Amino acid sequence: MSDRASRTASNALSAGKVFGAGLYIAVAAATIGFVTLTPFPAYTLNLLMQASTYAIAVLGLTIVLGYSGQINLAQAAFFGIGAYGVALGTTTFGLPFWVALLTGVAAASMAGAVLGLMSLRLGGHYLAMVTISFQTILSLVLTNWIDFTKGPDGISGIGRPTQFAKSGPYLGLCIAGLYLVGYLVWHLRRTRLGRAMQATRDNELAAGVVGVNTYLTKVTAFTLSALLGGLGGGLFAGGFSYISPDQFSFSESVVFLTMALLGGSRFPFGTVFGTGLLIMLPEWLRFLKTIYLAVYGGAVILIMVFMPDGIMGFAVVIWRKIRPIKPLATGDIPPLTLGHPGGREEQPATLKISGLVKHFGGVKAVDEVDMQVERNSVHALIGPNGSGKTSLLNVLSGIYRPTAGRIDFDGENITHLKPYQRAGLGLGRTFQNIRLFTDMNVLDNVKIGAERPGNAIGGGAALERHALAALEFVGLANRAFEAVGSMSYGHQRLVEIARALAGNPKLLLLDEPGAGLNHAEKDGLVLLLERLKGHGLTIVIVDHDMHLVERVADRITVLNFGRHIADGAPADVLRNPDVVAAYLGKVDANAAPRA
Amino acid sequence: MGTALQLLFTGLGIGSIYALVALGFVLIYRATNVVNFAQGDFAMLGAFSMTVLTINLGMHYWLSILITITAMAIFGALFNLGVYYPLRNRSFLPVIISTIGASILLENGVLAAYGPQPQSLPSVFESQGFSIGTVFFDSQYVVILVVTVIMVAFQYLLFERTLLGKKMQATSQDKEMASMLGIPVALMIMITFIYSSILGGLAGVLVAPILFVSVGMGSSIALKAFAASIIGGFGDVTGAVVGGLALGVVETFGAAYISVPYKDAFGFLVLLVFLLFRPQGIFGERIAEKA
Repeated sequence: MSDRASRTASNALSAGKVFGAGLYIAVAAATIGFVTLTPFPAYTLNLLMQASTYAIAVLGLTIVLGYSGQINLAQAAFFGIGAYGVALGTTTFGLPFWVALLTGVAAASMAGAVLGLMSLRLGGHYLAMVTISFQTILSLVLTNWIDFTKGPDGISGIGRPTQFAKSGPYLGLCIAGLYLVGYLVWHLRRTRLGRAMQATRDNELAAGVVGVNTYLTKVTAFTLSALLGGLGGGLFAGGFSYISPDQFSFSESVVFLTMALLGGSRFPFGTVFGTGLLIMLPEWLRFLKTIYLAVYGGAVILIMVFMPDGIMGFAVVIWRKIRPIKPLATGDIPPLTLGHPGGREEQPATLKISGLVKHFGGVKAVDEVDMQVERNSVHALIGPNGSGKTSLLNVLSGIYRPTAGRIDFDGENITHLKPYQRAGLGLGRTFQNIRLFTDMNVLDNVKIGAERPGNAIGGGAALERHALAALEFVGLANRAFEAVGSMSYGHQRLVEIARALAGNPKLLLLDEPGAGLNHAEKDGLVLLLERLKGHGLTIVIVDHDMHLVERVADRITVLNFGRHIADGAPADVLRNPDVVAAYLGKVDANAAPRA
Repeated sequence: MGTALQLLFTGLGIGSIYALVALGFVLIYRATNVVNFAQGDFAMLGAFSMTVLTINLGMHYWLSILITITAMAIFGALFNLGVYYPLRNRSFLPVIISTIGASILLENGVLAAYGPQPQSLPSVFESQGFSIGTVFFDSQYVVILVVTVIMVAFQYLLFERTLLGKKMQATSQDKEMASMLGIPVALMIMITFIYSSILGGLAGVLVAPILFVSVGMGSSIALKAFAASIIGGFGDVTGAVVGGLALGVVETFGAAYISVPYKDAFGFLVLLVFLLFRPQGIFGERIAEKA
């Protein structure tokens, strides 16, 4: 994180990065060499073996909990599957260590994938419950299926690879694995998948609307987490050469979770640090004897209350106080490319809504609405509060399933597509109540928009340039590395618009972009909208500010009580008596004039 | 036939315990949108309190129940203040984790204070039970069923027929609106925790003579109660009761006809089947996030 402030747009492969990578490899090589050659006493060796293999499993929780915001209370079960894979593989089945390890890891990943596919549509509490259930069932099977697992007695005589048969080299192997996994998990956060995970964590609904397949992302995260659990467990089994079912119980899962939380589940280094701390802690706290687990429990509550992002999160906050992020010297940023020269020009309407209905129980939020949005036009959707504008937008972007009717977008029927699929076709959107990915920085927010499926802009430096261009378009490129949560309301709106623009939408849905802005910000917004209009972008805008609507709209559709009541050029529509009545109430023609 | 009826009776008795704990779950969930993973430990505390008071201190049974209920009420209030209240404005994940922490703290705290030896708490009733035909009605199971019926009826009256109940319902549906209408939301949540704690404690008191009183008894009951509330339809009061009873019956029959060591797995298998094919449960509705 700390290197980001000084990083500029153009030097993606800076000297700092090369130095960092070199330092990491050097430290890794030194540690591996040291542990391999040092004749540790057996006790220290066991602690180190446990710490390194546990840390690999806990890094799985960094992915699923820290990056993706999904709970996993069965990490000990995946750890156990990996361990039993190696244990049974090298004893009962006489397999070479590597084959057994691969089997164990594959089994753990499969279990994770199946569990994830089953429960991640629901997420939240269900996931907590399903993982606990799985953990419980696995513990029962390990204990009771004596013919296969050897039951409560456990398995001894577990093999190691011949080259690493001695404890020193084997520990070196585990530490090398930890360094490798640690790097990969750290790197994951900077990839498209990693950004998709964080977006899903921060705002699942918005993530879908900007083009992230949130379900697949969560399942992937869960599977990767199980994979690392299995890998850690497999190495653990080889390290101790004896395992038994009680090492993989629910309370161990909680220990794994605590390790991730204590260190800071979003930070791989924090996770490893937390693991080491909690493995050493019981040794240091021996005087507590029987109550140390109770202290554990109490510590979990205290961490949640006082240090929700763990020790690392706390440290980062302090560090940011000492060295705040300064505005960035952006240098040359290429202009943002908007518009679709290769679009289907034979289709005059970008969006065609026919007979669209959305009921919530007895409430007809959208009632038989027909509407067409012409290519390269700005189409305003207005109506009194509760007239169904936002509901209509939610049906258009796929958040709500329509009760009846049909939506065609660029000549394609999208009525039954999921939000991320619509984003993939080029449907962009902003929200009335801003929905940004609050724990990510401004640039990453916009990158996710740029990474929508179907938006071919290339990865790496090209992606960064493109995202910066979108930010420059709204005038915020110099704030790219700031935390989005710390920006003003008006700027957050602009970041949300930039996020949508970065995806180069064929149609942009703006849900009350002027809400909550002051006069100066609103003037800026009108200028921005006029610039977008100048680029020929097709826009549907919902807003209450008639001056704003009149200045930018080519055409207006008016809704009232979910029904379409008027449609046409702004001047005509705003004088339409039905529209006036809808907004101001009907004036009785025979009413006495007011005094 | 006789065996099946016998098993049905036993299953309903055990299921009632799940139902009582599940009710506590559901009430807290509706009030706070958070699942309390320490709910089962409320039952464990209730059972331990009874054991200490009647066996170790030799107190009268009914006095012990009174003290236990009072202690559970105070405990519920403290739990709210210590575990939920500081985190009330955060997402559900920190709160879930905090309640898991509380569960570990409680179980190991009791373990450290009382040791790992499971205790047995004799039933208060002189008679073992009675038989009708070939079916034997164990008096403790009868008591469990009766108390469950009374508690469910009480809860129905509380929520549907009293102003306090309406205020609690309003709080669970929309905290912001409720507080604008002058309902003291924090107090309503406090009362919910107190009531859930009493329910949990009562379940522990009732189940203690059937199971051994051990530190782990709570978490296994809680897991099944949670499963029961998903099967019934999460957040639904009727669902919690029906789900609890159904789970108790499935488990009892499974243990009798299929396998005893895997008794605890049957409930979870039923849960997994529900999650796959009917995640909203028997009575639940699909809930979608608002945009």
